[in-house]
Amino acid sequence: MTTTPTATAHRTTAVAARATELSKVYGQGETQVVALDRVTVDFRQGEFTAIMGPSGSGKSTLMHCVAGLDSFSSGSVRIGETELGTLKDKQLTQLRRDKIGFIFQAFNLLPTLTAAENITLPMDIAGRKPDKEWLNTVIEMVGLSGRLKHRPTELSGGQQQRVAVARALASRPEIMFGDEPTGNLDSRSGAEVLGFLRNSVRELGQTVVMVTHDPVAASYADRVIFLADGRIVDEMLHPTADGVLDRMKEFDSKGRTS
Amino acid sequence: MFRTALRNVLAHKARLLMTVLAVMLGVAFVSGTLVFSDTVGNAFKNKSAKSFDHVSVAIQPDHSRPSDSSGSAQDAKKKPVLTDALLKKVQDLPGAASVIGDVSGFTALADKNGKLVGQDWGTTGANHFPGPDGKDVRYDFTEGSAPKRAGEIALDSRTAERTGYKVGESARLSTDGRVTQQTISGIFDTSNGSVVAGGSLVLFDNATAAKALGKTEYDEIDVKAAAGTSQQALRSAVEKILPKDTVAVTGDSLAADQDAMITQQTSTMSQVLLYFAGISLFVGIFIIANTFTMLVAQRTKELALLRAIGASRRQVTRSVLIEALLVGLIAAVAGFVLGIGIAIGLRSAINGLGGSLPDGPLVIAPMTGFVALIIGVVVTMLAAWLPGRRAAKIPPVAAMNSVHASPTVRGLVVRNTIGSVVAALGAGSLFMGVATGGSDGMPFMALGAALILIGAIVLTPLLSRPFIAAVTPLLKPFGVTGKLARQNSLRNPRRTASTASALMIGLTLITSMTVVALSMQNAINKMATASLKADYTVSMANYQPLSPAVHKKLAALPEVAASSPMRTAYGEIGGVFSSVNGVDGKRVGDLLSLDFTSGSLDGLTGNTTVVDTTTAEKEGLKRGDTASVKFDDGKSVRLKIIGIYEPNEMINGLFTPTAVVDPHLEKITDQQVLVKMKGGTSDRAEASIVKALGDNPAIKIQDKQAISDEVGGAINLMLNMLYGLLGMAVLIAVLGVVNTLAMSVFERKHEIGMLRAIGLDRSKVKQMVRLESVVISLFGAVLGVGLGIFLGWAAGSGIADSVKTYSMQIPAGRIAVFMVAAALVGVLAAMWPARSAARLNPLAAIKAE
Repeated sequence: MTTTPTATAHRTTAVAARATELSKVYGQGETQVVALDRVTVDFRQGEFTAIMGPSGSGKSTLMHCVAGLDSFSSGSVRIGETELGTLKDKQLTQLRRDKIGFIFQAFNLLPTLTAAENITLPMDIAGRKPDKEWLNTVIEMVGLSGRLKHRPTELSGGQQQRVAVARALASRPEIMFGDEPTGNLDSRSGAEVLGFLRNSVRELGQTVVMVTHDPVAASYADRVIFLADGRIVDEMLHPTADGVLDRMKEFDSKGRTS
Repeated sequence: MFRTALRNVLAHKARLLMTVLAVMLGVAFVSGTLVFSDTVGNAFKNKSAKSFDHVSVAIQPDHSRPSDSSGSAQDAKKKPVLTDALLKKVQDLPGAASVIGDVSGFTALADKNGKLVGQDWGTTGANHFPGPDGKDVRYDFTEGSAPKRAGEIALDSRTAERTGYKVGESARLSTDGRVTQQTISGIFDTSNGSVVAGGSLVLFDNATAAKALGKTEYDEIDVKAAAGTSQQALRSAVEKILPKDTVAVTGDSLAADQDAMITQQTSTMSQVLLYFAGISLFVGIFIIANTFTMLVAQRTKELALLRAIGASRRQVTRSVLIEALLVGLIAAVAGFVLGIGIAIGLRSAINGLGGSLPDGPLVIAPMTGFVALIIGVVVTMLAAWLPGRRAAKIPPVAAMNSVHASPTVRGLVVRNTIGSVVAALGAGSLFMGVATGGSDGMPFMALGAALILIGAIVLTPLLSRPFIAAVTPLLKPFGVTGKLARQNSLRNPRRTASTASALMIGLTLITSMTVVALSMQNAINKMATASLKADYTVSMANYQPLSPAVHKKLAALPEVAASSPMRTAYGEIGGVFSSVNGVDGKRVGDLLSLDFTSGSLDGLTGNTTVVDTTTAEKEGLKRGDTASVKFDDGKSVRLKIIGIYEPNEMINGLFTPTAVVDPHLEKITDQQVLVKMKGGTSDRAEASIVKALGDNPAIKIQDKQAISDEVGGAINLMLNMLYGLLGMAVLIAVLGVVNTLAMSVFERKHEIGMLRAIGLDRSKVKQMVRLESVVISLFGAVLGVGLGIFLGWAAGSGIADSVKTYSMQIPAGRIAVFMVAAALVGVLAAMWPARSAARLNPLAAIKAE
């Protein structure tokens, strides 16, 4: 694997997902909106990346395109060795099922299923037997052992999001995406969930990409990418909450003066 | 409030679509029925009014006079009064313009294949009665000319068209058993009542008609008044010369009677149809209630906001009801228009299928439109009333809750208790009806059936759990989608239940009717054929008596092993009125097998008889006793009883040798002839009988199979009509399944999006919705079939009291068909909701509320 210009030199691990010259344009002519403007970015294996940026910067769109949830106008996206641009819906679905884990802001658990059933849902869909040992590791890590038989309505928000984290991890995906995973949680539960995400990277060697607007959440990541107006404008390694906040303020003031 | 309601209707167009369709179909059924029966009734009346054009006064035998009942035999002996002499006298009356004598009777016309034309009830023969100009005003010849001599006939144009007969060709027909070859002299149009009703009419010349139809006088003499003479005046004139036992009736009053009869018939027909329309509308209520319940649940916040800013409970309820009113109004108008279309379509469909409804303008009574509107609006508002009440109960504070209000999970305890009580009452009433038996038990049974059905509807949510648990193994092979479908169908038990109930109602009725009808068919079959040892029965196609010559011919046939006539006289044993069947005593043992409690048919010669148990018990008769039988003619005979047997509806009364019966008959005729062939039934055997009887279209030769088929055909026809009528209720129930699934998909948008995001592909999403649909449909089908069999059993036990051969038949084949059809319905109903579910964008899941 070669490193891209934006990548830092001291890490030369494999790339889990890569966007090259990725553009997404809505509408035509006068009403044309450029959501992503020739974005090139790598997400390396075993790294926790946060994507930040003001509303409308395209951070969610970038994640959706890389995760195979949304189509893009030009450029290319690869998950591992697979180019997403040429995939049909069925193949994309299969890719999401087998190689990608998702954590949503609104938990999105099935209310009819127990916690355990929700966790194994992606494997059930694929018709695969879950890896027992791995599953136990994951469940223990998120601390749900005692609540596996509960239904989502019987769990607190934090517990529900832990189920969602476990679900994303359960199938040992190549890459996990989180869309504001702490957006609906109080700060303590949020911190717990972020801790699990970081642990899954540190201890289990997972790859995590998270969209957030919370500098504290971003400080859990190894790397922060800043987006504005559909372009990557900056990158920060080993971020701290204060550092991220300062950087954000900087954009804000720039945005205001320009 | 009105504006809010209007906005809501417009905003939820798609979600209200199924509701509108359901109400529309129900209203269309009602208005279609009304328009159709008005139109057809009107057309028949116009047509029949025309058929009285030539009648100012009709002279008829006085039927109101009490006379002995034994029919034609007596008439034959009476001195003829409606004769040519009377006709002449009437003709000479001042004020009489023209006079027509009319005779008609059963005439079997053979088609080109030798088969009887049309049904046996509608094949009539009549006289052509030419006036001074040589024309008969009743018949309008389009081809050829009227029959003028024996050997010539004319056919009505529809019969000619149907059979392909042309002027100059010859046709065979029979009126009294002999077959004659006739030449077709002409083809005519007529407004004759039986032709209008779809029968066929053969015309003879006047003299031949009387002879062929066995008449010694006219059936009726019709007088047309001269210009300037009123019908009343003419009637007074006619009455002066009226012979005994006849009456003169004005044409107007005949037409009025006919009108009244047509009105009665069409209103009976429309009542039956409206009954089924009512069922369809009732089924529709479930869909409307479901839809409004969902709309209210989805608008909880909005309605709470209205309450918070000061709307009263009543205003909230009213806004929901106004919405229902608008929906009902739109659906009713659409339904009314569709109903008119149905009425037009129905008429051409019936004519296309060989029916013959007269032409006439479409009659849309203002009342019909009014009824359609009222029904559409009332039904919709009634169904929306409960959801409206529930909407009013939403507390204003619900507006402040940030969380999306989940559908309230109210306990089913009250509902289940009510359901159980109602069902138990129903079962109690039903069993009481069964125990009481006969017609006394019927009201209890009907009440019980209705209560059980209502109880079952109330209890469906409770029943849904065990049912869905029971089908779980069937869903296993579908893996995770099966599991999700199962759980989804349990998620809103009320909605699942009312969706399934809608389907249940139709299937309950269909199943119970199928069970009763097929059991009845089986019972009649047994009755008709079990006691029959003969290979063939020979009778007249119109069930008139057969000439004894038929039996003589058959007895002489070398292929025939045994044969016996059945000729019936009536008599009294003690005080019991009974039929006395004359048979060939030596042969009858080979032709009939009676269910003897003592004795047998052996030795039925001389003055002997066998008696049925009913008569024997009433009169305390035993085998070996001698009973005195007093015949209709007043003479008595003493008969020795050699056997006692169990009767049924078809075989009962006394059986004695023909020699005992013959002296007491006015005219010796046979009801039927029983024939046993040397080689049993075969095409050749049948052909030999047909040939021996001169290839006569008027004579019906049936083996057991043909008798069964005749019974089965009639019952199947009736069942198919019922299926057709209940089909609308089922169709509406299917719309309900579509509706429920569409709602489910709409409500679970986020979940489905999430499932898509984490890797459920489109076909699996479709499968999930489809399976849920099949589960709901099968649930309704299982309930309906189960309840239908139970009610069929109950109704059957009432029948079994009076019909001894009745035993319940469970038509496993048909029930399997119903189940498969229900599963297919599920798949079909899921098509649109499944498609829209599969098209959902996974991104919808990620977007927070």
